Amino acid sequence: MAENNRAVVKLKEKFASSIIEVVSFRDEVTVTVKKQDILNVLSFLKQSLQYNLLTDVTAVDYLGKKEERFMMVYQLYSIPNKDKLRVKAPVSEGECRIQSASQVWETANWLEREVYDLFGITFENHPDLRRILMTPEWEGHPLRKDYPLQGPDREPYKGRLS
Amino acid sequence: MATTEKMILNMGPQHPSTHGVLRLVLELDGEVITKITPDIGFLHRGVEKLSEHRTYHQVLPLTDRLDYLAPMSNNLGYILAVEKLLEIEVPERAKVIRIILAELTRLKSHLVWLACHALDIGAMTVFIYAFREREAIMETYELISGARMTSNFFRAGGLSMDVPPEFEKKVRDFIDSMPGYLDQYEGLLTTNPIWLKRTVGNGVISAEDAIDIGITGPALRGSGVDWDLRRDNPYGGYEEYQFQIPVGDKCDTFDRYKVRLVEMREACKIITQALDRLKPGPVLADSPHVCYPPKENVYNSIEGLIHHFKIASEGYATPVGEVYQGVEAPKGELGFYIVSDGSSKPYRMRIRPPSFVNLQAIEKMAKGSMIADLVAVIGTLDIVLGEIDR
Repeated sequence: MAENNRAVVKLKEKFASSIIEVVSFRDEVTVTVKKQDILNVLSFLKQSLQYNLLTDVTAVDYLGKKEERFMMVYQLYSIPNKDKLRVKAPVSEGECRIQSASQVWETANWLEREVYDLFGITFENHPDLRRILMTPEWEGHPLRKDYPLQGPDREPYKGRLS
Repeated sequence: MATTEKMILNMGPQHPSTHGVLRLVLELDGEVITKITPDIGFLHRGVEKLSEHRTYHQVLPLTDRLDYLAPMSNNLGYILAVEKLLEIEVPERAKVIRIILAELTRLKSHLVWLACHALDIGAMTVFIYAFREREAIMETYELISGARMTSNFFRAGGLSMDVPPEFEKKVRDFIDSMPGYLDQYEGLLTTNPIWLKRTVGNGVISAEDAIDIGITGPALRGSGVDWDLRRDNPYGGYEEYQFQIPVGDKCDTFDRYKVRLVEMREACKIITQALDRLKPGPVLADSPHVCYPPKENVYNSIEGLIHHFKIASEGYATPVGEVYQGVEAPKGELGFYIVSDGSSKPYRMRIRPPSFVNLQAIEKMAKGSMIADLVAVIGTLDIVLGEIDR
């Protein structure tokens, strides 16, 4: 199913060397691309394939599970064609930065600020990269897997969690 | 010679018209706003982090507390994401009841929006009326789940229990009287010169800008974009219902007001259709690895007790994979993105909150207007800080 997806076909034509993986799971198509091409891929999807609504930008921390620690996740909708697509790009811990999508969609501004705040991934050419949910002087990035649930410098929670 | 300078005014986080703990740092030239810097995060509870340490079943009560004005919509979005991951088929009766409750929740949320929005602009009567109707929905919540706000009623595979017999009549009576109440609100507002002066031409955002900045829900439709996930990416059985999707054309606060009022009428129609489909039957799927056993089994047989204990303590394992489920919550697209590593806890759960993204548009919508118009813009965006800060 993923092979016949109109976006996948076009992306394979144009960005053959940068596509790492195409997965279809529960009728949802996910395209993983190299992070240096992410801006080109996203602009191409918006301009040429009418994926005009970026609903979500987030990240996943695969600490110790994958070679490259972080995975950026972009959820796209095409309002004219009523379909959706997920684009992902791996980001390594050593070079924890990726180009900002805020040039393509203004909505990426706050969504990327949140990823910066909670995961510590830096966005290049972001207009206003500050923490958004945590206070400016906060240390650490709470959604990283090595960040303790109870917060830093505190006794681990002794009660039951599950 | 007199000098002039810009004034910095701090609005919130404790301010009656910011609808919660929203802080806005305003830069003013006289009474005209030249810059808005929103400051959020005062209500951040780390729901996404917490859910990585809880079983799928234990995450559900956390979702009630996101948009606390529409708890059932949050429950629905989360549960549909989990069901998609598990590939569970939900019984027909549970589906129908879910739609009734999701639409009642839409009414409930829109009533609070209307009440507070009108009160912010100075129309107190509507506030009292809308809260009167909201009370009836709260009573329905209490009737079925025992709680007025944090309902926690849906389960992966169906509902936590069947609704009581008086539910159907109670909802039907309410829905029959609702159009009359809506006429009452419209009589107070739609042609009211003060209301028109405050809303027409206020907070204009074009369709292109609205899409670019990621606005969803009634605020997007108010800008003339015909996009509703219930029709365009159906979930939970919505494809079987007939309803209109209102869109505006002037892209202003008044159009968003009209869109929401029509949405409330359409919600009543969906509920009526759903009540006609309500047939007796099971409300929980026959999937023992996920669903709790009936209470009589738990109390009367050792197998039932162990079954209950296993699900309560260990939870259920999920297939490895990732799913995204967006639902048309009253405020816009509410999305749950779950990454599963095969265990009984989400490896990562991302909540895509509609209010967070919609709030981003505030500067674009209110820049260059007066402070009093900013209050109208906050109202028309219909934000809930529990969902923004998570």
